[in-house]
Amino acid sequence: MADPVAVAGVGYTRFSRASGRPVLDLAADAAVAACADAGLPLHEVDGIASHMVGADSENAQAVGTALALPGLRLVLDLNQAGHAPCNLLGHVAAAVASGHARHVLIFRALNGRSGPKVGSARFPGRGGQFRYPIGYDAYPMYIAMWARRYLHETGQDARDLAAVAIAHREYAVRNERAVRRTPLDLDGYFASPLVVDPFRAADCTTEVDGACALLVTTLERARDLRRPPVRVAAAAYRAGPRPGLDIGDHVLTEDYTRNFTDLLRDELFGRAGVTPADVDVACVYDCFTSAVLMSLDGLGLCERGGAGELVRSGLLPINPHGGLLGEGYLHGMNTLAEAVLQVQGRGGDRQAARHDVAVVTSGALMDGSAAVLTADR
Amino acid sequence: MRTPCPSPTGPPEADPDSGPFWAALRERRVVLQRCAACARLRFPPMGRCPWCADPRSTREEVHAVGSVYSWVVVHRAFRPEFAADVPYVVATVDLDAGPRLALRLERPAGIGFGSRVHPVFHRHADWTELRMALDG
Repeated sequence: MADPVAVAGVGYTRFSRASGRPVLDLAADAAVAACADAGLPLHEVDGIASHMVGADSENAQAVGTALALPGLRLVLDLNQAGHAPCNLLGHVAAAVASGHARHVLIFRALNGRSGPKVGSARFPGRGGQFRYPIGYDAYPMYIAMWARRYLHETGQDARDLAAVAIAHREYAVRNERAVRRTPLDLDGYFASPLVVDPFRAADCTTEVDGACALLVTTLERARDLRRPPVRVAAAAYRAGPRPGLDIGDHVLTEDYTRNFTDLLRDELFGRAGVTPADVDVACVYDCFTSAVLMSLDGLGLCERGGAGELVRSGLLPINPHGGLLGEGYLHGMNTLAEAVLQVQGRGGDRQAARHDVAVVTSGALMDGSAAVLTADR
Repeated sequence: MRTPCPSPTGPPEADPDSGPFWAALRERRVVLQRCAACARLRFPPMGRCPWCADPRSTREEVHAVGSVYSWVVVHRAFRPEFAADVPYVVATVDLDAGPRLALRLERPAGIGFGSRVHPVFHRHADWTELRMALDG
């Protein structure tokens, strides 16, 4: 029998440019904070799941040791980047639902600013020999390659990228955790220097040092804990055919105008028992502005090509934390955590008025994951 | 000698699958694999066909002309080796023969979607890079 599963708490460290601390300490601090948020004694944790790129973090075993846990029933270490958070949530939810583990921490921790930078690090894998030696050597280039074609085919342009950057900054101004809080307007956007055309600096996330963790358990247990339970209504991962030899290899993908959200939308909403029209809050992966537009399209939250207009309209709260663009690049674990806070009604100055149903995405291109979180009612 | 973590931007670390591709570039030829089962040309080189999973393939020289699918203009170099090159263009090019490649594009003035391109063999000290240039 599968038990309903919930997120019971979230925890963060400060996001900074230089933590001055080992990643293991950041991970442990965020994990302790998530348990304290939920009101769960640390020693009841029996599972840990995480992801890293290359060796930029610590594995679950190490964090279990640092937390002095009496035992572990589940460890899961994915070598994935921003496509991992909702994917981890899906695996963890399945394990909790089936009784394989009961209280599982999901975390992402890294010194992403002062340590190795993912955006320009060399990814492991066989596709790199065709990219790095020619100067096609950083993640913004790959997303930009898709963005130009996507904007062209959907009749959108740089003003739609600008709309995303501006809306996210407005939210970030209201979020104390955010690292980028200087207000941004259209003139400011177009004054921002080009990095990889069509992207300006304002289109790109900001790498930070920090950690973020979530505590997942059964809905039944979560109801006895300190915070309102957030139901994991559905989670899904999808890769299409020929997703490539590594996370930067996309020459085998034919269509750069539709990402993984197009592939998983029906499955995700179908399993959650809701439709895109029911979504109150969208927490959409935004390493770069175009990923938001493409994912809003793919999730069916607007007509294809209408994503920029949806963002400008302000009708749907999108990334109330300011996104990875504003809050900082915790690879979308913070985007998942924000969805939890929003459904719980703990968003403070940035809280969405209606917040019973949140959709969350992790990833930008060929493959990725997503989840639907709902209030417990 | 190969190291476990190759230098980010050094010469391409040829492997048994990619060796013939890099070797042919040194002779100013583009050699790709063709699946012996479904007859598709493929790139990157690999042991099985990513369309049909068949392990049998042959290698053949292709006429490497094609059209631009998308492109980026790099204004900020991410490694010092490329600082002198900015701004430079990287394009995804669909070869008329089938496969898509990501390549540096020389003389990109006037580039657009579908622009026709042809190969330029750019010599480095110890390897040859396949670049493209706009026709005309």
